[in-house]
Amino acid sequence: MIAMENVYKTYPNGVTAINGIDVTIDQGEFVYIVGPSGAGKSTFIKLMFREEVPTKGNIVINNRNLAKMKWKEVPLLRRDIGVVYQDFKLLPKLTVYENVAFALEVIEETPRNIRRRVMQVLDQVGLKNKARFIPDELSGGEQQRVAIARAIVNHPKLLIADEPTGNLDPETSWEIMRILEEINASGTTIIMATHSKEIVNTIKKRVIAIEGGLIVRDEHRGEYGYEI
Amino acid sequence: MRFSTLQRHVREGSRNIWRNGWMTVASVGAVTTTLVLVGAFLALMLNLSNIATNLEKDVQIKALIDLTADQAEIDAVGDAIQRIPEVASVTFSSKDEELSSLIDSLGEEGKVWEMYEQDNPLNDVYIVKTTDPLDTISVAKKIASITNVEEITYGQEVVQNLFKFNQYARNIGLVLIVGLIFTAIFLISNTIKITIIARRREIGIMKLVGATDSFIRWPFFIEGLLLGVLGSIVPILIITTGYYYLSHSGNALTQFSFVELLPFSPFAIQLSLVILAIGAGIGVWGSVMSIRKFLKV
Ligand SMILES: Nc1ncnc2c1ncn2[C@@H]1O[C@H](COP(=O)(O)OP(=O)(O)O)[C@@H](O)[C@H]1O
Ligand SMILES: [Mg+2]
Repeated sequence: MIAMENVYKTYPNGVTAINGIDVTIDQGEFVYIVGPSGAGKSTFIKLMFREEVPTKGNIVINNRNLAKMKWKEVPLLRRDIGVVYQDFKLLPKLTVYENVAFALEVIEETPRNIRRRVMQVLDQVGLKNKARFIPDELSGGEQQRVAIARAIVNHPKLLIADEPTGNLDPETSWEIMRILEEINASGTTIIMATHSKEIVNTIKKRVIAIEGGLIVRDEHRGEYGYEI
Repeated sequence: MRFSTLQRHVREGSRNIWRNGWMTVASVGAVTTTLVLVGAFLALMLNLSNIATNLEKDVQIKALIDLTADQAEIDAVGDAIQRIPEVASVTFSSKDEELSSLIDSLGEEGKVWEMYEQDNPLNDVYIVKTTDPLDTISVAKKIASITNVEEITYGQEVVQNLFKFNQYARNIGLVLIVGLIFTAIFLISNTIKITIIARRREIGIMKLVGATDSFIRWPFFIEGLLLGVLGSIVPILIITTGYYYLSHSGNALTQFSFVELLPFSPFAIQLSLVILAIGAGIGVWGSVMSIRKFLKV
């Protein structure tokens, strides 16, 4: 369902962050993206929901060719992909409920369905009783759970996470991983960039290692493979 | 768009108005000032133009017929005038009728003229009205060239000055109004621009979640509309109250019979609607201008 073919990405400042990548990821897989800082992990992830456009090559996701995509189609692509960031990216002035509901308002769900579905996902991430809080009133782990709820609220087939546990303490990180595994178990593909050796070596999944913009290793049930 | 989506945009737009606090006060203030001035100008201009139209309607040409002309020649002059295409009506008034209306119009002093009733020195006249008052001058010239027309009068200076004044007033008024409106649009668009810059990160997040440009644009659009409408409340109150007092008090102006103000109803109501519409237009235009560039996130 995800296929990258000879993909290159050079930023306007001349830095080539992705240097010829070929990869396919099947529906329902759970994939860690590992590698040293500056290796190109974030860029690899941004290419998948067109926050960045490839300089060369093809990217096909859910039968959509991102290289040939028009500006107008980008919002449609993003509605089918849930994205979770290290810094959560919640709307600061909206409540937890409103942050999650936003992803459904965008696709013009009926108010009834929005209410039902939002409460359902908030329950799933264990935040039903904090629906009326604003992000600043929550801990980091709770904010990340809101972001996950928002990412999965319209049943995406693909969930992408860029270091979702990067700002969280180990205990909270395990909590987040438990939720991601649950989501994966229901059939959603998960692609997660991470620096956490403990997580990668404990919850064994496919590991893709990137260095200098190239895939240097791709193993099922792989190891983190780096010190630090 | 779903009705519930529109409701959502209205809710968000109103919230922004509330959240922006002093920025809202500033831009509503700008619209208010503009609309008070625009409203006053409009009221003045429309009344001036009404007065002018009334005066124009009274403009008529008098063609004085040669004293020596016989009845056939008098009729021929009448036919000739009738044939001028711009002429709306031609009325004959004999020298006796002219004398008695002169005596009437002068009141006490008119008595002096009564002695002329036996030997009337006045001319028979044709009173001519043109379809468009603006044609008065050219028609007068044509009539003057008809044989047996001794002289024409149409209050030359009054007519010419009136037309000129009317045109100046309209042009200056329009320039001022357009200038004021653009200033207000600029101020509103700046206010909204500042709030958008402050919310750039939020807009970026919205786009990452799959919001289209127009989805993001709508609340700002509503915000502009509301700013414009809020800004037109005070001007409407000021203008209608002011106009009510002007048109209902026997003030110095209305002592001149030709200065007749447009009646409070419906004029003040129509003017209020126009002010409201201009306010809404300023707000919408201002917001549209400010968001155009800011969506490439
Ligand atoms: N927006 C950008 N503009 C220019 N260079 C960038 C940009 N984003 C990332 N880079 C560069 O691209 C390379 C890869 O960065 P990134 O994908 O963020 O790596 P990682 O997430 O693995 O740390 C780095 O050298 C980084 O400096
Ligand atoms: Mg990164």
